[in-house]
Amino acid sequence: MNLSMRWLKEFVPLDDMPIRDFTEAITMSGSKVESWATEGSEISGVVTGKVLSLEKHPDSDHLWVTKTDAGCGEPLQIITGAQNLKAGDMVPVALHNSTLPGGKKIKKGKLRGLESNGMLCSLGELGLTKHDFPYAIEDGIFVLQEDCVPGQPICDVLGFNDTKVEFEITSNRPDCFSVIGLAREAAATFGKPLNLRKPEVKGGHGSGKEMLSVKVEAADLCPMYSARVVKNVRVKPSPRWMRERLRAMGVRPINNIVDITNYVMLEYGQPMHSFDYNAISGHEITVRRAREGEEIITLDSTKHTLNHNNLVIADKNKAVAVAGVMGGENSEIVDGTTTIVFESACFNGASVRKTARSVGMRTDASGLYEKGLDPNNCIPALDRACELVEMLDAGDVTDGIIECRNFEEKHTKIRLETDWINRFLGISLTAGDMKKILGKLGCGFDGDDIIVPTFRPDLVHKADIAEEIARFFGYDKITAAPLAGGALGKYTKRQKFERRINDTMLSLGASEIMTYSFISPKYYDKIMMPKDSAMRNSVKISNPLGEDTSIMRTTALPSMLEVLSRNYNNRNVSACLYELATIYIPTEENKLPNESKVLICGMYGGKADFFTAKGMAEDLLCRLSVYGWEIKSSGNESGYHPGRCAVLTVGGEKLGVIGEIHPEVAENYGIGERAVSFSLDVDTMYKYAEFQKSYTPLPKFPAVSRDLALICGESTPVAELEKAIREGAGSLLEKLTLFDVYTGKQIESGKKSVAFSLLLRRADATLTEEQITSAMKKVIKKLEAAGAALRS
Amino acid sequence: MKQELEALREKAGRELKKAADRGRLEDLRVQYLGKKGEITALLRQMGKLPADERPEAGKLANEVRSFIETELSGRAAEIKEAETAERLKAEKIDVTLPGVRRTLGSKHPLSIELDDIKEIFIGMGFDIVSGPEVEYDYYNFEALNMPKDHPARDTQDTFYINDNILLRTQTSPVQVRTMEKQKPPIRIISPGRVYRSDAVDATHSPLFHQIEGLVVDRGVTFSNLKGTLEILLKHMYGEDTVVRFRPHHFPFTEPSAEVDVQCFSCHGEGCRLCKGEGWIEILGCGMVHPKVLSNCGIDPDEYSGFAFGMGLERLVMRKYSIDDMRLFYENDVRFLNQF
Repeated sequence: MNLSMRWLKEFVPLDDMPIRDFTEAITMSGSKVESWATEGSEISGVVTGKVLSLEKHPDSDHLWVTKTDAGCGEPLQIITGAQNLKAGDMVPVALHNSTLPGGKKIKKGKLRGLESNGMLCSLGELGLTKHDFPYAIEDGIFVLQEDCVPGQPICDVLGFNDTKVEFEITSNRPDCFSVIGLAREAAATFGKPLNLRKPEVKGGHGSGKEMLSVKVEAADLCPMYSARVVKNVRVKPSPRWMRERLRAMGVRPINNIVDITNYVMLEYGQPMHSFDYNAISGHEITVRRAREGEEIITLDSTKHTLNHNNLVIADKNKAVAVAGVMGGENSEIVDGTTTIVFESACFNGASVRKTARSVGMRTDASGLYEKGLDPNNCIPALDRACELVEMLDAGDVTDGIIECRNFEEKHTKIRLETDWINRFLGISLTAGDMKKILGKLGCGFDGDDIIVPTFRPDLVHKADIAEEIARFFGYDKITAAPLAGGALGKYTKRQKFERRINDTMLSLGASEIMTYSFISPKYYDKIMMPKDSAMRNSVKISNPLGEDTSIMRTTALPSMLEVLSRNYNNRNVSACLYELATIYIPTEENKLPNESKVLICGMYGGKADFFTAKGMAEDLLCRLSVYGWEIKSSGNESGYHPGRCAVLTVGGEKLGVIGEIHPEVAENYGIGERAVSFSLDVDTMYKYAEFQKSYTPLPKFPAVSRDLALICGESTPVAELEKAIREGAGSLLEKLTLFDVYTGKQIESGKKSVAFSLLLRRADATLTEEQITSAMKKVIKKLEAAGAALRS
Repeated sequence: MKQELEALREKAGRELKKAADRGRLEDLRVQYLGKKGEITALLRQMGKLPADERPEAGKLANEVRSFIETELSGRAAEIKEAETAERLKAEKIDVTLPGVRRTLGSKHPLSIELDDIKEIFIGMGFDIVSGPEVEYDYYNFEALNMPKDHPARDTQDTFYINDNILLRTQTSPVQVRTMEKQKPPIRIISPGRVYRSDAVDATHSPLFHQIEGLVVDRGVTFSNLKGTLEILLKHMYGEDTVVRFRPHHFPFTEPSAEVDVQCFSCHGEGCRLCKGEGWIEILGCGMVHPKVLSNCGIDPDEYSGFAFGMGLERLVMRKYSIDDMRLFYENDVRFLNQF
């Protein structure tokens, strides 16, 4: 919302308050200033000048050599290429070393050998258009028709003395999208009076009520409709003061009728519309829902097809406006228009918003309506428009307002609870202090009850009143006090567990990544997930930005591969990354999905292979005290190499997957190296983690080491041999280390040699030779049962 | 005998001085002091001396032995010192050669900042609570005083799954869920992922992180809101940070405020960093709207509270002068390893 300071000062006597004081104070009372600019601040060194004489340039057929009196003693010789000048014209002169809008610098120089001591300016060069000064031409020098003498600063002559302030208005304050609304805030902020005046319309040109009838069929969408008829309209440019104000507010002046509707909208915050009376068939206005497929061409010459949810203003036969959005071309004010209808109405905000969106037009009017306007504002605004018509001699206003009222006049009453407000805010004001603030904002009082003005529908609760008090008391004056009472803040057991995962992964050399939770359904193809996989059933976003972010992931693997791929393609030689990623598993229709976390780790380059990944997973599980898990080869995990992939289980539940990325999948992601990944389900790790730790005494008795060289079938998993050894050695086994696996010469084909080192120890005594032999015998027996024999 | 002992002392002294290494020294020790050594041999002859000469000879013999022992250990120390010096000289390295580096993992910059903020709040007695990202419309909007036709609910801002389920646009639903479950006093922060339908560019992301906080108890005031957030901001930006609370509007708080800190670069004068405003907007906050409290089954006449929220990405971007939000989600290791 732009605000002309000059216009504001018509309502609030702010006098010569420095602009910075104004913007800071009003920002701190809740109307945030985004920026401000003084008109003409880009212009310097430009004055009025009188053309004394002009002659053809001797060496040019289009240049003119002028002598111009710019009020600086001797007339200046200035060359111009414009063809619209004659002696005696008053023109803007950019002197030597002057600046024009856009930062353009003017210096004296020579044009075809003759000195030119400045430049005569056009409208465009001063940042103006024909709408600002309708008497001027755009193609040529701006010949001033203003009352001025040579040498006056051009900004004064053109009325460039306003400051435009841009506000950020919050959605709860549609009343502040108006000069009067902001004036009320300014008056309360600075403790100044607010000078409001009731518009006065003379009328006396027949009865408007006999000329036009209004019917509201869709009363739910139109709480108030009012109209007034103006005869004998005289369409012409509006006066300079009005044009200047519109310009300062960022609105282009058009003609007096259009300008009046815009002026009133800016001043009152009430959108206005004008129809050509004779284009309204039957002189009947009906506010109704559009018929399915009903068409209208709006003022911007765009054709729209409407539906039953759109509200229209219609005459006997057709729609003449999309209510609250834009008028129709069929009822536009044209050159031959003699009689007009001013509309000042209130429409349902949500309905206007939906319509504006469905027809793809967001106008100033719809922007106001959709915030919800006060129906009580319609008549004052309508009267103001008619008052301006009379003031500008733009037509003859008829008597009587044609109106249709579908709302109850209601005044919200809120009890002023002084003590509660003081306690809630941490201040101490008297009821009188509070009433003074509220009175400034337009509130009335009935004993201890506050009567809320109708333009403040946002005030409904005592907390809303507290905010008004706080705003004008000053947020900065409220003392800052820490919370009273002690409280113990802590991480939960689960949060600590997740922190431990993070710490461990970082210490294992993996860097943390963060990826989007939404992916493309195509990513499931990219990791070669079977078409019938249940994992493809994902939560779908009904209005995604694009396919790439349209479903919530059920696996974190595609996100990880995406990141590995990006790093690989950015020529990073290696990467080892992890994420504690959330996945989203759909449950029932209309129920929330299950959100659970997985730890995913992925890497390529360096020593990244299956066993690196497995080692990291083992280290992590060990650090988290998750024991008793088992590992099995698995050939059907989506995305993984069928011969280099394992599934981890614990307590019969799936704990996770470790594997090398399937070469085709790696190719799909453009990763030209072996990549490996593991993922572990955080809930399952948490479920099986041991949190109770107790200390084991350091050994007092010596350990004994025994090596075993075994022969077994080539495909026998080493894990089975380990299991056999553990079972055989029982509690004596302190540590088991695999130190060799060998196939080749000296080994029978189809067999492999596997060598382990066992460390045996008793906690309570030194092991005897017999105990060792007996333990080793049991181990070998178990190994034989598992299909392994001692290598001879 | 006496001459022999003196000659021995003189010879041993000479030889020990010449000994160049430990081996030679050991040989000399054996030669003189060993069981079959020269001193021992001389002592054996002691018996042959007349009785009156023996004490003197014995005394001298002991002197010679102790002389040799002292010389031996002195020489041993000298040799060790020389050897050590030699070794140290031989082992000199070029310390400017590169160290053997291990690969360290780096925490994501968003996690670093989030963890710092969590610590501050834990210190002030807050717990950390999380909740679903795919959320019911009720918790994300309705319970928070945002009725069906509120502009913030336009589909252009919110990702919907269906009419009732959406991707949360804020972490406030966690506050509602907490208030439903837990009786005051409540002190929580709820950090997490939130979703808005914004196309990706340098300053927008359809997914980002918010940290919201909630305090509900008897007698909680706007003063406490100011006090708590000032502590936070001074922890984050330093003791001399200038903070201002500026009125604003949020549907779920009343009164509401935006909190600015004075621009670190220009100290309020206005510069490029603060876009000429002199202040940088950090967070939004306010007193919990009584309607929100009663929606959650908390009596607003008995309890009051405040809430606040801030975007994590923007905090981190400012902290490290990161100019493109996309870097957080691209996860290039050259970016990650800088933190």
